[in-house]
Amino acid sequence: MSNGSIFPLRLAEVSFAAGGRAIIDRVSLEIEPGPSTIILGANGAGKSVLMRLMHGLLNPTSGKIDWNAPERPGAPRKQAMVFQRPVMLRRSAFANVAYALKIAGIPEPQRGALVREALESVGLVHLAHRPARVLSGGEQQRLALARAWALHPEVLFLDEPTASLDPSATREIESVIKAFDAAGTKVVMATHNLGQARRLGDEILFLDQGRLVERASVGEFFSKPRSAQAAAFIKGELPWT
Amino acid sequence: MSEALKTAFELLVSLDAKLVEIVFLSLSVSLSAVVAAALLGLPLGAAIAVGRFPGRQVVIVALNALMGLPPVVVGLLVYLLLSRAGPLGPLGILFTPSAMIVAQTILILPIIAALSRQAIEDAWSEYEEQLRSLGARRMNAALTLLWDTRFSLLTAILAGFGRAAAEVGAVMIVGGNIDGVTRVMTTTIALETSKGDLPLALGLGVILITIVIAVNAAAYLTKELAQRRYG
Amino acid sequence: MDLIRRLLLLFAVAFLALPAFAQEKFIVVASTTSTEQSGLFGHLLPIFQRKTGIQVRVVALGTGQALDLARRGDADVVFVHAQSAEEKFLADGFGVKRFPVMYNDFVLIGPKSDPVKVAGGKDILEALRKIKAAGAPFVSRGDKSGTHMAELDLWKMGGIDIAREKGPWYRDTGQGMGPALNTAAAMNAYVLADRGTWISFKNRGDLAISVEGDKRLFNQYGVMLVNPARHPNVKKDLGQAFVDWVVSPEGQRAIAEYKIGGEQLFFPNATRVSKRGLPLAISAWE
Repeated sequence: MSNGSIFPLRLAEVSFAAGGRAIIDRVSLEIEPGPSTIILGANGAGKSVLMRLMHGLLNPTSGKIDWNAPERPGAPRKQAMVFQRPVMLRRSAFANVAYALKIAGIPEPQRGALVREALESVGLVHLAHRPARVLSGGEQQRLALARAWALHPEVLFLDEPTASLDPSATREIESVIKAFDAAGTKVVMATHNLGQARRLGDEILFLDQGRLVERASVGEFFSKPRSAQAAAFIKGELPWT
Repeated sequence: MSEALKTAFELLVSLDAKLVEIVFLSLSVSLSAVVAAALLGLPLGAAIAVGRFPGRQVVIVALNALMGLPPVVVGLLVYLLLSRAGPLGPLGILFTPSAMIVAQTILILPIIAALSRQAIEDAWSEYEEQLRSLGARRMNAALTLLWDTRFSLLTAILAGFGRAAAEVGAVMIVGGNIDGVTRVMTTTIALETSKGDLPLALGLGVILITIVIAVNAAAYLTKELAQRRYG
Repeated sequence: MDLIRRLLLLFAVAFLALPAFAQEKFIVVASTTSTEQSGLFGHLLPIFQRKTGIQVRVVALGTGQALDLARRGDADVVFVHAQSAEEKFLADGFGVKRFPVMYNDFVLIGPKSDPVKVAGGKDILEALRKIKAAGAPFVSRGDKSGTHMAELDLWKMGGIDIAREKGPWYRDTGQGMGPALNTAAAMNAYVLADRGTWISFKNRGDLAISVEGDKRLFNQYGVMLVNPARHPNVKKDLGQAFVDWVVSPEGQRAIAEYKIGGEQLFFPNATRVSKRGLPLAISAWE
């Protein structure tokens, strides 16, 4: 894919420091569309910060981050992000998704159909007119996915989306993510959950203490990890530092 | 005190025409001031909450400090503005309810702006990442948050109303306490006190407090019900 | 956006409901607390309004403040009671002409227990001297009002330089007549008051009239139209109508008719000269 697509995403020697510490330490990588990418690592490895750097919520303290086609301010975004805790406005579920469309500049008459489509894709149409903030955690996270999906972004970032959810809600979210992946959206997801990484991912980016230590397909990573840290992590033995 | 309650009750029951006129004027003036201050103060508070500009901290501190503006000082400043000898004299609104509204608006604008700034800044810390992720720019975000924090903002607006309805210094100076024109509850209480008619003054005071409590209770209930509904 | 529209509508309705007053003819009269709080204007002004359709809006301050207000052009007419201050006002070009309107008198109010033994006397200067000598609590209005200026004149007449000779017994409150009386009642102190306010005052505590009837306690009220040459915004026709009415036989009669508990508060004494050059009313004080 060339013109129009925002891919590939290139990170060149990107670092992010705060409070004197390097939270991300000279990471260089390229993200291509297609296979779903899992950013794996222990807590504190820098997964969330790396996601936010890629999504543009943070600016690197050194290094460069380039998409293929830089976004114009005011134009609808081609990337979306779902956070660990869903943040909903004090309005109905429907209105929350419609809000995202409004920000993107979609004219009012077109929004209704797009909202319904998005809610259908996550199975929340029956709750469309409930106030979003009274929904359960799993329902809100599904709503967040619907909202992110409504604009049909090229890439969907997910920052540990099921970390606060119970197993059945987690299953629901995972099935929605798989469906989006199958529909062609590039999925980039951070998690520390090995099972989830295996279930949803095609390739693994393994972070340890802010450094990109290993990158491999899911099969290779779990059967033959090349780095000592990865091996230790998979075994559940990664030491705190 | 019991004589005051008795007087208050008698006044209310008889629906004394003068009393009705005074209460109506008090409410019109203070409510108008609240509306004006809200129209100006809410966007101001929102802008400061989500904005990033040099001197922002100084502005916040100043705004908080201005919440404590003494009403009589505001009254004096507005009088100097509106006096024939002053810059806005030709407007001719001194000693009319309009002047009182202007003075009270100035008095409560910092309250509404400072409290809304606080509420929206708290909300901004919760929503910022998500809103920026969706592509909302600061202006958009500020307006969105204004609506989203509407129940907390109601509290801020009420605080402003309470201040306006209870003050006497500003309206006395710019209104002149003119019988039938600019005499409100607080200035009437001051007048009756100075005439030595303490039971009547207290009676009016009881009525004033009751009105303010009623307004606050109504708004509190609204907020509670709405929060339960909207989360 | 819908909310904002609704708010604007509410605002507009509330705001527009108010300047209904602006449609009427009206003048602003700067007057004193003694005329307002005694209820005189409550009695007088409806009569004037019925006759002329002019609404009189009284801003009640001390005489000094009232004259300052008029100097700034914020009043059309002044109705106050401190002759020397009024004459200065005229001399400075802020007034058109001064007409005497009515008089009453000041009275020395004091505790019924009368610690300095001045009650019943007719010599105000003697009473003041005794009060100072004994250091008995005395409340002064201290607000440049007519009553305050009269009080200061009386101290001077009694040979006392009150500014230098006052002590903690002299309580300079900076307040109107009513609040000063409230303070005096609470402190059981002496205070100089105008009879009109005293008669209508309800919170007397343990106070009563101590000294009255001294010629030096005479209290003259005057009315002046503010000079439109200095302040073009002055409503000179409406203002002059008020001045004319207040010194007219009808206005003077209305003043005389005002009583509280059967007692007359103010005594009309306008000396407007008739077309034949004769005075139209004579002060009963002489």
